[in-house]
Amino acid sequence: MALGEDYLNYPWRRHGMDHDRYPWSNLFERKPVTWPNGARVALWITPAVQWFPLDMTSKPFAMPGGLTMPFPDLRHYTNRDYGNRVGIYRILDVLAERKLPASVAVNGAIAERYPSLVRDIVAAGHEIVAHGLDMGHAHHSGLAPDAENEIVARTLRLLREASGQEVTGWLSPGRAQSHATPDLLAENGVAYCCDWANDDMPFEMSTRGGPLLAMPLAYETDDRVVMLDFHHTEDSWAEQVKDRFDVLYREAESHGGRIVSIPLHAWVTGVPYRIGKLREVLDHILAHEDVWPATGRDIVAAFRSQA
Amino acid sequence: MARDPGLYDYIPYYRRPNIVWPNGAKIAVWIAPNIEFYEFQPPPNPMRTPWGRPLPDVLAYSHRDYGNRSGWWRMMEAMDEAGFRGSVSLNVALCEHHPEIIEACAKRGWEFFSHGIYNTRYTYGMSREEEAAIIEDSVATIRKWTGQKLSGWLAPALSNNTWTMDLLAEHGVEYTCDLFHDDQPMPVNVKSGRLISMPYSLEMNDVIVYNSNLYSARHYGEIIKRQFDQLRAEGERSGTVMCIPLHPYLVGQPHRIEPFAEALRYIASHDDAWLATGREIAAYFNERYYDAMAQAIAAAQA
Repeated sequence: MALGEDYLNYPWRRHGMDHDRYPWSNLFERKPVTWPNGARVALWITPAVQWFPLDMTSKPFAMPGGLTMPFPDLRHYTNRDYGNRVGIYRILDVLAERKLPASVAVNGAIAERYPSLVRDIVAAGHEIVAHGLDMGHAHHSGLAPDAENEIVARTLRLLREASGQEVTGWLSPGRAQSHATPDLLAENGVAYCCDWANDDMPFEMSTRGGPLLAMPLAYETDDRVVMLDFHHTEDSWAEQVKDRFDVLYREAESHGGRIVSIPLHAWVTGVPYRIGKLREVLDHILAHEDVWPATGRDIVAAFRSQA
Repeated sequence: MARDPGLYDYIPYYRRPNIVWPNGAKIAVWIAPNIEFYEFQPPPNPMRTPWGRPLPDVLAYSHRDYGNRSGWWRMMEAMDEAGFRGSVSLNVALCEHHPEIIEACAKRGWEFFSHGIYNTRYTYGMSREEEAAIIEDSVATIRKWTGQKLSGWLAPALSNNTWTMDLLAEHGVEYTCDLFHDDQPMPVNVKSGRLISMPYSLEMNDVIVYNSNLYSARHYGEIIKRQFDQLRAEGERSGTVMCIPLHPYLVGQPHRIEPFAEALRYIASHDDAWLATGREIAAYFNERYYDAMAQAIAAAQA
């Protein structure tokens, strides 16, 4: 295969981005944001509750945490499902001990399979964020628009019915999207999305269904990324999250409110030997003044009220 | 296919001319931030697929975009604070996309060299003429937006052809960063003109450190200091070069910036370290040591 004739043509070589979803801006030159009660940092805890179907494939790409062994891959199926039975309850305990709210990203299939888990999360006062249908349903541009819309609509319907909440946040499985995903999300009543990893503060994306707020979910201090992709210990993960908090907390003094997100997976951090490190991280953060524990929904409301 | 790149001749570490950097410095330290633009929908290349997932790979794309929205500023502040200028390994289309970033770097007296047009356009499969066209584009774009001459080259995503070094020399490029065979500048065998290799280092490159070696942010700070200590000591015999290649989307993350900043402060606290740009090192080496090094290399072959 030779290079295409247009390999030296650059149709999007222009000011700003090479697509039309959002304009460029410099994090450090934006209007400072003020959080309620003058808090410096919003603490946004985002545990994910995930179901990996036994028949999932690695097409069109390998889902992070996805099944990899010949069928039936009981090893990975059950290890991930551990999070839904045991791990998430450890995380809920840590949050309850500290009276912290969280935004729990839940696959729609969980609402069908384990409705009592959704009820427990809701009863504990947490926000439900839609996390796609299940980990075998990646969003990608090979999906027909109707088929993708059906996944979005069904996911939201399942979670809205099971939780009684409006469910306005979205996290795609594997943070993967098609070209149409932001449009479909906004059209289905989603206000904010956590897939993009390009900022430390929220920014608006334009979609066919109106504005969609991109919320900054920290990709590189995600528990699965640090401990399973990078093979760092849980001690190192805790140190990194604390270091991240310290820098953002310092920046808030000169640049306005910041957000510290703590992405977790019930099947990763919910393991007995790791859970203590979540306590350690949260206690470090809560030892500081002017920390605002918030859900994604709270943060979106506060952010948009000053836009 | 050749079994040896034929780009340089062997010269053992003990048999070099005694390089002394300006003001008696024993080590030249330069920082090369790769300020890159990865395309949302790059065209296909026969040798390499730009993104791991089907387009749009929003996670990988946005992760890179983090550097241009958030990370570059933190990285620049850490460098400012320690008194370092950067030598930017630039995807030159960034001049059009984010002139604001170019302006901030230029204001600080940073050098700009080329890292291709986009980091999602590889030279694999290019003809000699097509590759010449991206060099000419780089020369013109950097001159237009910064007024600077193009002195250095790091192939986009390290994609090279057998003729690349000859082409660079033909176009007046003074140094290449694509050869990792030494801790001192070295002549490169080219058909015409003069080209040297500038030590760039994969080992100090944040991408390799974090993503291949899987080291933590704090450990990166440690190895920068260890690398510096060793090269500084060896510079007593003949001056060495240390490069810290960076990617603002990685080192500019909040949890990574502080150990890096601390390592820069450590280096800057030594008065026998020359904090230089790639172009400055190349010029100084070419003027005073190129010939002596070439003679020493010739003697080593005898």
